Amino acid sequence: MKIIGLETIVFGVEDIAACSIFLTDYGLFPVDVTETGGRFEALDGTAVVLAHASDDSLPASIGNGCMMRKTVMGVADVETIQAITEELSKDREVKTLADGSIESTDDSGFVIGFQVTKRKTINLAGEISNVPGSPFQRPVNHRAVDVDAEQIRPRTLSHIVYFVPDPVKAEAFYVERLGFRCTDRFEGVGPFLQPAGTLDHHTHFLIGAPPFMQGVEHFTFHFGGPTEVMQNGSRFIEKGYQAFWGPGRHILGSNWFWYFNSPFACHIEMDADMDLHDKNWEPRVSPMGADASQAFLLRYRNKWSPGKDTTENGDYE
Amino acid sequence: MAELNKKLNENMYLCHIDDIEEGASKGFLSDESGSDLFFIVKQEGQLFGWRNACPHVDGAPMAWRKDAYMNSQHTFISCHAHGALFEPNTGLCVQGPCLGKSLKPVPVYVNQAGKVSILLTDIR
Repeated sequence: MKIIGLETIVFGVEDIAACSIFLTDYGLFPVDVTETGGRFEALDGTAVVLAHASDDSLPASIGNGCMMRKTVMGVADVETIQAITEELSKDREVKTLADGSIESTDDSGFVIGFQVTKRKTINLAGEISNVPGSPFQRPVNHRAVDVDAEQIRPRTLSHIVYFVPDPVKAEAFYVERLGFRCTDRFEGVGPFLQPAGTLDHHTHFLIGAPPFMQGVEHFTFHFGGPTEVMQNGSRFIEKGYQAFWGPGRHILGSNWFWYFNSPFACHIEMDADMDLHDKNWEPRVSPMGADASQAFLLRYRNKWSPGKDTTENGDYE
Repeated sequence: MAELNKKLNENMYLCHIDDIEEGASKGFLSDESGSDLFFIVKQEGQLFGWRNACPHVDGAPMAWRKDAYMNSQHTFISCHAHGALFEPNTGLCVQGPCLGKSLKPVPVYVNQAGKVSILLTDIR
């Protein structure tokens, strides 16, 4: 099944105005946004969709305060929509919606949707490093850093991480019914999952947790490189948003990460430069923990050198 | 040493009681990444101080934006890492990964002029 990746994540929230400012400051483009909600798009048109928590058109909440109501995946063609409909109809309801997409539930109870992808092609170079001896260099006189750069834009929806009560059952659904592949695994926790239509290390990661925690741990968009993640994250902090973990670089998937708290009852990440894998890749198994998750972690510092503002007699003045 | 102890026993003035609106929260002593050491919430005119550290992960910061510690209905303190909810007056987690655990209190003092303070010894 040619499932390409995440297309939209739908949230039902109480305070649409505050959530809209948050997503716009993150870098997403507000599209047709009103006081009742709207879309917040990355450069390729993948998006977070907001609606009021009381909006009857939204699928019901799974409870536990989870605000995520639906995860929509993009697929390559109508044939894939038909194949998924046929497969899932064997044991559950599959609704066809007015826009031609389909809606059903996974084996954890999360509402999922599928649509023929409307992703726009992005023709925009990512971060390139000037490395002695490398055939790939930035053009001469091209600056790597522009502190005056306009709002940095996420490129595409990257992945979502679910807390699931039964990770074995949850994984089996995505692998056996939808053709996902496990690329790596945190032992006793859950798998990183890749659908057949992308080479990204993962679009889904599952974490086994008690039923009262079922929900979302985080979701994230890909950015153009580590500099974009760090520059956008630094600006996000300057606007008053609260970092949780990062910036750093993961081991499984190699993606740069910076996690922030959000008004969506889950973390939001900024990520970049994730590994690509095909069917020749052998999944690794790691114990979960910070040591196994971060190759390195960087710390922010307001002041890094004494000098101009150092008084004549130092602290003895 | 006596001088140091005297200093630590002193109150640290934070704000006026009217600076925090009913159902709102305010954070204090931010670090370099803008994360507060503790925060104060106002419920039914009373102030309650709590460490900015969600019990789900040691020391996890809780706001989603500077001073934004409450849920959108302003009824519970919320950890905006995973949406855990805490009673503003007891600090008890009633929903979320740290269900049944509690926030660590920071005693808050309000004098007759409405000045809000804490003891430095309480946040060491």
